[in-house]
Amino acid sequence: MKAAAFDYVRPASVAEACALLAEDADSKVMAGGQSLGPMLNLRLARPARLIDITRIPELGRVEESADAVTLGAVVTHAAIEDRRVADPTHGFLSRVARGIAYRAVRSRGTIGGSLAHADPAADWVSSLTALGAEVLITRADGTQRRLPVEDFIQGALASALEPGEILDGVRIPRFSAEARFGFEKICRKTGEFAEAMGVAVHDPARGVCRIVAGAAGGRPVVIEASRGAGARLLERFADAAAVHDMLTEAGLAGDAYRMRLHVAAVRRAVEEIRR
Amino acid sequence: MTDAGIGARLPRKEDDRYMRGRGRYVGDIRPAGLQDVAFLRSPLAHAKILSIRVPEHLRDRVLLAADLAAVREIRADTTLPGFKSSTQPVLAGTRVRHVGELIAMCVAPTRAEAEDIAAEIEVEFEELPAVTDMLKGRTPGAPLLHEAWGDNLFLVSLTDVNSAELKQKAAYSVARELRTARQAMSPLEGRGVVAEWDGRVGQLVIHSSTQQPHIVRSGLAECLGLDEGAIRVIAPDVGGGFGYKGILLPEEVALAFGTRRFGVPLRWLEDRRENLIAGADCREHHYNLTAYADADGRLLGLDCEASVDCGAYSAYPFSACLEGGQIGSILPGLYDFSLYRCRVHSVATNKPPILPYRGVARTGACFALEVTLDALARTIGIEPTELRFRSLVRPEQMPFDNVAKRHFDSGDYPEALRRAVDALDLTAVRARQKQGEPDGRRIGIGFSMYAEQAGHGTSVYSAWGIPMVPGHEQCQARFTPDGGLELRIGAHSHGQGLETTLSQVAHSILGVPHDRIRLIHGDTALTPYSTGTWGSRCMIMSGGAVAEACDALALRLKKIGAALLQADPAAVRLEAGEVVGPGGRMSVAEIARTWYRRPQDLPRDVDPGGLEVTAGYKALRDTGTFSYAAHGAVVAVDPETGETEILDYVIVEDGGVLVNPMIVDGQIIGGTAQGIGTAFYEEMPYDERGQPLASTLSDYLLPGPTEMPDLKILHMETPSPYTRFGQKGIGEGGAIAPPAALTNAVNDALKEWGVELLMSPVTPRRIVEAIAAAQHREAAE
Repeated sequence: MKAAAFDYVRPASVAEACALLAEDADSKVMAGGQSLGPMLNLRLARPARLIDITRIPELGRVEESADAVTLGAVVTHAAIEDRRVADPTHGFLSRVARGIAYRAVRSRGTIGGSLAHADPAADWVSSLTALGAEVLITRADGTQRRLPVEDFIQGALASALEPGEILDGVRIPRFSAEARFGFEKICRKTGEFAEAMGVAVHDPARGVCRIVAGAAGGRPVVIEASRGAGARLLERFADAAAVHDMLTEAGLAGDAYRMRLHVAAVRRAVEEIRR
Repeated sequence: MTDAGIGARLPRKEDDRYMRGRGRYVGDIRPAGLQDVAFLRSPLAHAKILSIRVPEHLRDRVLLAADLAAVREIRADTTLPGFKSSTQPVLAGTRVRHVGELIAMCVAPTRAEAEDIAAEIEVEFEELPAVTDMLKGRTPGAPLLHEAWGDNLFLVSLTDVNSAELKQKAAYSVARELRTARQAMSPLEGRGVVAEWDGRVGQLVIHSSTQQPHIVRSGLAECLGLDEGAIRVIAPDVGGGFGYKGILLPEEVALAFGTRRFGVPLRWLEDRRENLIAGADCREHHYNLTAYADADGRLLGLDCEASVDCGAYSAYPFSACLEGGQIGSILPGLYDFSLYRCRVHSVATNKPPILPYRGVARTGACFALEVTLDALARTIGIEPTELRFRSLVRPEQMPFDNVAKRHFDSGDYPEALRRAVDALDLTAVRARQKQGEPDGRRIGIGFSMYAEQAGHGTSVYSAWGIPMVPGHEQCQARFTPDGGLELRIGAHSHGQGLETTLSQVAHSILGVPHDRIRLIHGDTALTPYSTGTWGSRCMIMSGGAVAEACDALALRLKKIGAALLQADPAAVRLEAGEVVGPGGRMSVAEIARTWYRRPQDLPRDVDPGGLEVTAGYKALRDTGTFSYAAHGAVVAVDPETGETEILDYVIVEDGGVLVNPMIVDGQIIGGTAQGIGTAFYEEMPYDERGQPLASTLSDYLLPGPTEMPDLKILHMETPSPYTRFGQKGIGEGGAIAPPAALTNAVNDALKEWGVELLMSPVTPRRIVEAIAAAQHREAAE
């Protein structure tokens, strides 16, 4: 199938993009098009106008501060995979990026586009939730707001973006040199959508211990230790039955097979950092 | 023979253009004024069409069934007793019988605009209950697809050889219910058609992505009521066929009719969604199979009730019963036994017509038999390979007529299995299994064997009586004035490497260098008639025809050469591209130049046919060659997630004399990739209303490079006694055995838990659920 007719504009600044977006409610932002493209072709999405933000220089920025790195929304998965941008996680971001779909998708797909699309199976949705990253949002009037990724993602293909808003960037906290990361994606084959995803982050120096179960059809499930209790929490994840109970309690649901995969993914992610 | 002739690992000539992206496919052909076509397809599996409303301003850009009154429906009957005939509408006007069936053809400058038109057409349906499961479709009271039949059975086939004795003589038996999922063939290039009317020659010119251009021409002539001479079908480069490209499609007929109606060239390029939901369905079988062994642990016989989910219509030219009609003769495999019953139901369902896919009925039958044999061996308490060694046809029995009257031409089946067992080191795998895996996974080993009937001809197909019966295969061979050689064949090469291998055959006989040999194929105007490329037949049939034609040319070259060398024709020989006589030698190119440019130098009694011949070929027996193989796999199964990993995979193959072993390896690797798809990934599920549930490649999983193991390929070479130079067809074999071998390996890994997977694809979900069910059973006991 081929896309229905649409207009295409490529603004040069975020302000211009916001103005265009405000002008026509039937517009859709495109930030790489790796999910939107197929939806257009299948005519599942039929916007009147596409606003391609990938050439906006400020959205390609990489800002480093003492406690975080901010990546502009249109930084590609490939740039992260290739370590062409600063990585506050000592290589974890690159590892996650490397597992996203196929290289051709990674060359065009962007971190901001992936978050805004809010596919529960997307690697960034789960991993940035586990990292405690924040999304930066530019409102139609040019003002900005911030939101933790876990609050930004509201469900399957549902985000907290209001009409007229543009996802501007992602702020990822810096981790200590001792921080450990575990990541387990279960999918039918290389490059396929995840059926289950477990992410575990433990940085005792910063008092962070977060475990995320993703690709479960809705928002990622977060299990977090209070400060100093990380090691104890991690221990509880050694036992599959206990993991099953914790995930169920945290609201994760699925049939027996899918639950088994979620348990395995989370258990293995934790196992990786306990080793 | 030379180092560039038969047997040489010559790099493929066609790869120069393929690897550089310089191939020319249907999508690259753009006649002036070309318009694109999009089809409005049925969204329902089974319904009456009450009305079709096309907005008035679009009516002249749309074709409906009502506009096609002069076009005959597609009909592919067989003469098999009891076969019930269906007619497949080109455009459905009153009734649809599967999702994706064509209702309207829309024409516009671009495909997107044509789809816009399709979206404007309103169709009112009265939905009917759908038959979506072949077993339910068989039961009395099921909704009917073709009311006149009284049931949903295209055909019921029965083979019975003393089966009443099975129960008395058997010491062991196992009964299993097995299924293979419906699949969609997935060539890189989908189907595609560019149709135009050439007013100068009064001819419809069809560029089609087909593997059987002459058959498409016959089919179009029948549907359109045109002389065959008024149609020219050209198959340019074709990006994979696999059987799908052997079918006459309603789309081809619609475009062929439409280009005259609209007065412009028309193009339709199938997209992946059309391919998945409406086009390329294949493979769906069901078996209730009981295997019996005698007290010595030897296969005694089989009893089988099988069904094939044939879809709604009988596809042209292979019919709805190519699978069902063959299962009875394929199921016995490579084994020597004498008691047998097999009844096969070819069931009409509200799905797209089932089409022949690489391996045709063999993949399903091999799966059913070989998986059940492993279960039988476990019941007897012996290694599955031991059951096979005891039961295989032995080399000293060759040629061998099996219980279903298949005539195996040659080979050593036990030796193939022995080599596969050695290559995987069965003993070492058993020892490793006892130790267990440090990561908690279970490993298993499995084998499967098959024979691939290839190049079967007149006697086989005339007994079926489908619209296409192959006879002699022909080659036109011609020298050009500068000494080049042109070979024209009616079959088509689209990945088989015929441009290289047939060049090797010619080179072996005439010594002409490869860069001076051209293969011309894929155009009904330029080539002799042929049923085309199917049934792994080309190396046998076209290879034989090329050899015959080159032999005839060699005689003429020698005669002219001898005269020019003033030698006795009996005293000259053809050697490395030269006619060599007692007193001198002369190149083939010089002889060609003499025939064309200096006829004054020719002897008076020269053959006036010159350096151009058409020769035909048929094997000494036309029941086909039987290449065969043993596949063996070692897999690791993760019981927690159901994930599988292929740790080792071996193929021991006997394709007779291999014309180009490298190309044979390529065929085996490609086929095996597709077999792995059948085994682990590919599945086209339908819901209860007949909606296909895998309409994109994110739902329909295909194996990719990372899913392919490194294959160990070992060759045996038993020449066929019936073919020109001992060759056998090998094009499909790789796709036949992997589902059985891999499933046997998975079942071997899980056997201590009493877990058996009996449906392909063996998915992680099916593995996990089978383990859970076994644990549940155990807990209940």
